[in-house]
Amino acid sequence: MKTKVAIIGSGNIGTDLLIKILRYSETLEVAAMVGIDPKSDGLARAARMDVPTCHTGVDGLLEMPEWNDIKIVFDATSAKAHLYNWEKIRQFSDKRMIDLTPASVGPYLVPAVNFSDHMEALNVNMVTCGGQATIPIVAAISDVVKVHYGEIVASIASKSAGPGTRANIDEFTETTSRGIEKIGKAEKGKAIIILNPAEPPLVMRDTVFTLSEMGDKEAIRKSIRAKVELVQEYVPGYKLHQEILFDEIPASNPVLIQGLGYRHGLKTSVYLKITGAGHYLPEYAGNLDIMTSAARATAERLVKSIQS
Amino acid sequence: MKKPYIQDVTLRDGMHPIGHQYTKEQVKELAIALDRAGVDAIEIAHGDGLAGGSFTFGFGAQTDWEWLEGISEELTHARLTTLILPGIATMEDLEKAKNMGVESVRIATHCTEADTAIQHIQGAKKLGMDVGGFLMMAHMNSPKNLAEQAKIMEQAGADCVYVTDSAGALLMNDVKDRIEAFKEILEPSTEIGIHCHHNLSLGVANTIIAMQHGATRLDASLTGMGAGAGNAPLEVLIAVLNKMEVSHNCDLYKLMDTAEDIVRPLQKRPVRVDRETLSLGYAGVYSSFLLHSERAAQKYGLDTRAILEELARRGMVGGQEDMIVDVALDMIK
Repeated sequence: MKTKVAIIGSGNIGTDLLIKILRYSETLEVAAMVGIDPKSDGLARAARMDVPTCHTGVDGLLEMPEWNDIKIVFDATSAKAHLYNWEKIRQFSDKRMIDLTPASVGPYLVPAVNFSDHMEALNVNMVTCGGQATIPIVAAISDVVKVHYGEIVASIASKSAGPGTRANIDEFTETTSRGIEKIGKAEKGKAIIILNPAEPPLVMRDTVFTLSEMGDKEAIRKSIRAKVELVQEYVPGYKLHQEILFDEIPASNPVLIQGLGYRHGLKTSVYLKITGAGHYLPEYAGNLDIMTSAARATAERLVKSIQS
Repeated sequence: MKKPYIQDVTLRDGMHPIGHQYTKEQVKELAIALDRAGVDAIEIAHGDGLAGGSFTFGFGAQTDWEWLEGISEELTHARLTTLILPGIATMEDLEKAKNMGVESVRIATHCTEADTAIQHIQGAKKLGMDVGGFLMMAHMNSPKNLAEQAKIMEQAGADCVYVTDSAGALLMNDVKDRIEAFKEILEPSTEIGIHCHHNLSLGVANTIIAMQHGATRLDASLTGMGAGAGNAPLEVLIAVLNKMEVSHNCDLYKLMDTAEDIVRPLQKRPVRVDRETLSLGYAGVYSSFLLHSERAAQKYGLDTRAILEELARRGMVGGQEDMIVDVALDMIK
């Protein structure tokens, strides 16, 4: 029997997640799609696909006949709304929350990096799209050498950034930076997000720069490639776009990193391209795809771990 | 006519041609000289705004806080200002700057993404700051649509909205059309600003045209010290305003002396219209891409102009400096 889940949020992310689970999940069933706008495209789609819907937010969800049987709740609203939603959901100790907003209430979870650390957590946070794309790379480098600093640039198509993302750019940069530190294990993290309005829209790009101690370049390369394969298991469009680059920053000419001071060592540059699966938004929206794919993978692994 | 408000950007945009390498002593010396020469506002930050120091944009010789420290106390006339790009800096950075005496800020977005600045414009107003909305790469949006973006910034609380010609690609009529579109849609109490780059040698001319059509806040920098072929050279702009008998608060000769004696000797790469900087304006590329593209061209044996043209063809916008090496690598594949 499939495990019943609810999705709160009927915007780009919630709707893309809905499609992924309906079409492909062998272990999850969407028992409720929850929004706050009865006219939203996401709710209309859910209704067309015979998914029970509700347009009165989390309060409405708790009144739905399906609520009792739901085991996992995905929150695809906003950081602010998540705080309210979690206050309600946490009363029910049999439900798990997978938070796709940058609210950072629960521990950060990137499936390719730290799933097994948080199997018991009632609320896990999926960081950000940029975090899902880049933290595995920083973590892969940290597996080989001590990383002083991890910097990432996420470039996404303007069309793939919904109103929630646009109103909360700071939450993106702050949450991603903290994720680079906590899960990527860089001493200091920095995140940059760029919205590009080009037509036709550009496919999501992410660039990772780290400054680490000097180390075995071949070991770093191998570690990164292995991690890319792990991410590809749940995000098929996740690819290295260029060869991994190394530059040495000598002690005689260090760089001044705000909040860290002078550092030297090995600079590693990794250029990623994330082509979406083209479910709700077209293929350029790799940012959407990696977020919802990571959330789905988390839920499916959770189900597996609970059942075994 | 209202006196134009002259904002100097030597210590922010002027970071670009020297790879953000001013020492804090140089910043203080220049800030004091600019203040005594009567400019109305002095902008200080990494070239890409607060928190711009990074592999992507280049690390500064100092942190933003070292550059800003102790400046506000030295100013007698000028307002201390800074700039942030949402997506790079956060409100936390801006609050820190405010606590160091920064009174005014420009919130910069690409010309189609004004709504990403609402959070910061509102936040800066709450801090009691004077706030400008800075619509970069203004040549990439039509006058009408650009004005609608300006309206978003005004509604969020901006005191002034800028036509920011980051690529130095606007011709005189393009500037006039954009300023007029702003005037048509914005409240009369909202000021209009102009920020030019000199890549097509139109820095001063475009600034004057903007002023004649209603812009009251004018950006300039000593010797034009700024990204690409630089900004409107401040001393030249003031000379022209004098000839036009437009009143302002600046002392031309003090500016000329500071430009020549202090700023020009700092330029490792000359700030001028040449093949590469002209290419920025001609192709419509973010002026800050210049040094990054020159480095990539040298490293990978490519022509800088070819890289710039490819960046323009791909529609790269401000902040995508990481894509310059990526483009170069694609070009040698």
